[in-house]
Amino acid sequence: MAGPLASYPFHGVRQAGIVTPAQDRLHFVALDVVTDDRDELVALLKAWTEAAARMTQGGSAGPVGAVDGPVNAPPDDTGEALDLAPSGLTITFGFGPGLFVDADGKDRFGLADRRPEALEALPTFSADVLDPARSEGDLCIQACADDPQVAVHAIRNLVRIGFGTTTVRWSQLGFGRTSTTSTSQSTPRNLFGFKDGTANIKAEEADALDQHVWVGADDDSKAAWLAGGSYLVTRRINMTIEVWDRQPLEGQEQFIGRTKGTGAPLSGGEEFTDPDFDMSGSAGPIIPVDAHVRVVHPDTNDGVRILRRGYNFVDGSNDVGGLDAGLFFIAYLRDPRTHFIPLQRAMSKQDALMEYLRFTGQALFAVPPGVAEGEYVGQALFA
Amino acid sequence: MRTMILASVAALAAVPALAACTENATDDPGKGGDSRALTVTSSDDACELSAVEAPSGTLTFNVTNAGSDVTEFYLLGSDGLRIVGEVENIGPNLTKKLTVNVPEGDYFTACKPGMVGEGIRAKFAVAHSDDEQEVSASDQELIDQAQANYRAYVQDQSAQLLEKTKQFVQLYEDGKDDEARALYPQAREHWERIETVAESFGDLDPKTDAREADVDFAAGEKWTGWHRIEKDLWPQDAEAGYRALTAKERATYGDDLLANTTELDGRIRATGTDALTYPIDAIANGSIGLLEEVANGKITGEEEAWSHTDLWDFQANVDGARVAFEGVQPLLEAKDAVLSEELATKFKALDELLDGYRDGDGFVLYGELTAEDKKKMTDAVNALSEPLSQLTAAVTS
Repeated sequence: MAGPLASYPFHGVRQAGIVTPAQDRLHFVALDVVTDDRDELVALLKAWTEAAARMTQGGSAGPVGAVDGPVNAPPDDTGEALDLAPSGLTITFGFGPGLFVDADGKDRFGLADRRPEALEALPTFSADVLDPARSEGDLCIQACADDPQVAVHAIRNLVRIGFGTTTVRWSQLGFGRTSTTSTSQSTPRNLFGFKDGTANIKAEEADALDQHVWVGADDDSKAAWLAGGSYLVTRRINMTIEVWDRQPLEGQEQFIGRTKGTGAPLSGGEEFTDPDFDMSGSAGPIIPVDAHVRVVHPDTNDGVRILRRGYNFVDGSNDVGGLDAGLFFIAYLRDPRTHFIPLQRAMSKQDALMEYLRFTGQALFAVPPGVAEGEYVGQALFA
Repeated sequence: MRTMILASVAALAAVPALAACTENATDDPGKGGDSRALTVTSSDDACELSAVEAPSGTLTFNVTNAGSDVTEFYLLGSDGLRIVGEVENIGPNLTKKLTVNVPEGDYFTACKPGMVGEGIRAKFAVAHSDDEQEVSASDQELIDQAQANYRAYVQDQSAQLLEKTKQFVQLYEDGKDDEARALYPQAREHWERIETVAESFGDLDPKTDAREADVDFAAGEKWTGWHRIEKDLWPQDAEAGYRALTAKERATYGDDLLANTTELDGRIRATGTDALTYPIDAIANGSIGLLEEVANGKITGEEEAWSHTDLWDFQANVDGARVAFEGVQPLLEAKDAVLSEELATKFKALDELLDGYRDGDGFVLYGELTAEDKKKMTDAVNALSEPLSQLTAAVTS
């Protein structure tokens, strides 16, 4: 954690909130655009850009603030972050497939010929139980901070600014990071109690970021505006917590392929030791063939790596008293067709963990590159 | 639950009379000078113990692998053959803990770097102490009895499954849909009672019992088995535009189900070197696993998405779990009478709850359950599953 006083620049070559050291809290929202007026959409993106730039630096959503405006009008900031520090707030915007072409194939904003080829609704994977009310969206905003109230404040105010132009499709709170995006951070644990994201791409790995996370200048000639940006995949992964908790320790470790204590692979060593998938155990490989670490490892997936930025979530309890909890998976990657769909397909088919997972939502967004001073987010798309 | 491992006799070299409890070591080994807490360092060419003797009682061996190969550690009887306790699959630089109850006597310790050969052996002496628990000489009889009983139960259920599957497939292929629908949940009861055994055959389970949602059609997978036919018999909940199977397709799916069920029965009834063995921990894990099936699939109504006969499956899973539990109960009685009593009580409570949902020869359909009903069932399953998850560790301690 960077400490409550930390703030990250809003403007830059890349949007913040991707390689930024993962903050502890998340509020993520997906929205649908309700207008067909391109100018209204652009005006909203400008307003959001200004509000986000202020809030990430510890300022208010509107230019006036929560208490400095006229007493006979509602303030342009809701006020719950008044005494709070920036808390490392980052706000990251993404564009969904529906912004380019709607469900009926209509080009709503004259953007269809700029739609990135890879930006189309993700397929349904086996064992998915996707809830449309928790999936997809025309736009998304990811707010991450080390104080939950700061993250919620950001989304609440941006949603407010969008009323009339956008409507909230779904949103998700995350209370604990499950990934490490910098070598300066220690690896956190997911709700299965295991260290997660050990092999994540870190901010310090510039070559790996270029290879696996950032969209290259020549990747997509129709969508040059996306060069330097990324794709964002979300999956709401419910865990059947109560059943998992009854698994013997040795079984849990075989599901994951790592020890629960240190996170070392079952083939030995410590957390960051490379797994040895060829090492034999008493009955088959010591890291089982269906262990999570093997199924999703770059070595078993043509070297593909992703930048994970997910969060633990608990949305209260379900109607039979079980925890409505799990991992809100967020990943940034260069191309979902090479860096996500094959990986998820392998996981759905082979991963032993699937028995304890229910995928209840998913979405894909194109994340434009960073915003220069005086620009608005996604400006190149509308230019 | 990881899939039950049922090895054929031929594949089994040495089976511990009672598998000891293996734990991952987390605490400081040998703390406080406890003479029953020992450390073992297994390297490529040495097996160093912190002591070569200990007082009788519950001993813990914290085994650290300082070598470069996977290692194992054994405590063997004075004949050098009988396995008193073992811990396997210790990767380099990792530590695992073996906890085992050891009476007075002479033993051997063995580290087996590379998991081959006789291992690096040394003598180990256990002196009499007042803490010594009497290890019943009849344990082995109880184990043998439990294994024989469970094998007989599995074979019996498998035979009934095959018989009813034949009848069901015949009715279905003859287009006698009402009769096929009536027999469907009854035939499946036999599958559900031994589901964890059937699942141990990784190839047959998906062919016979896959749900539509489990099949990755985009990746070219085909959907066959019980639930494919279920959807065809109860098309009212199918997606709009569902096309009923033709007589020829019915024959294809029906014959396939029967062939796979026949194959399953053949493997379950195999004798000689192909015969299945049912290690005591596998029986206990089978009981736990069947309750997990209830929690994961039946209580949610996901198993029988079209026939809604989930409560038949629910009851059958509980039947199978109870039979497995009762098989090891005499052994558990000697080791943890309190747990034994609790499990018997909770099984009874769950059965009584299910009795309230009986309707004629069967049960009410899943769709008739209220949210309150499902909550009650979940509570009863949780109440049983939580102590039941201790069963394997208790009977193998």
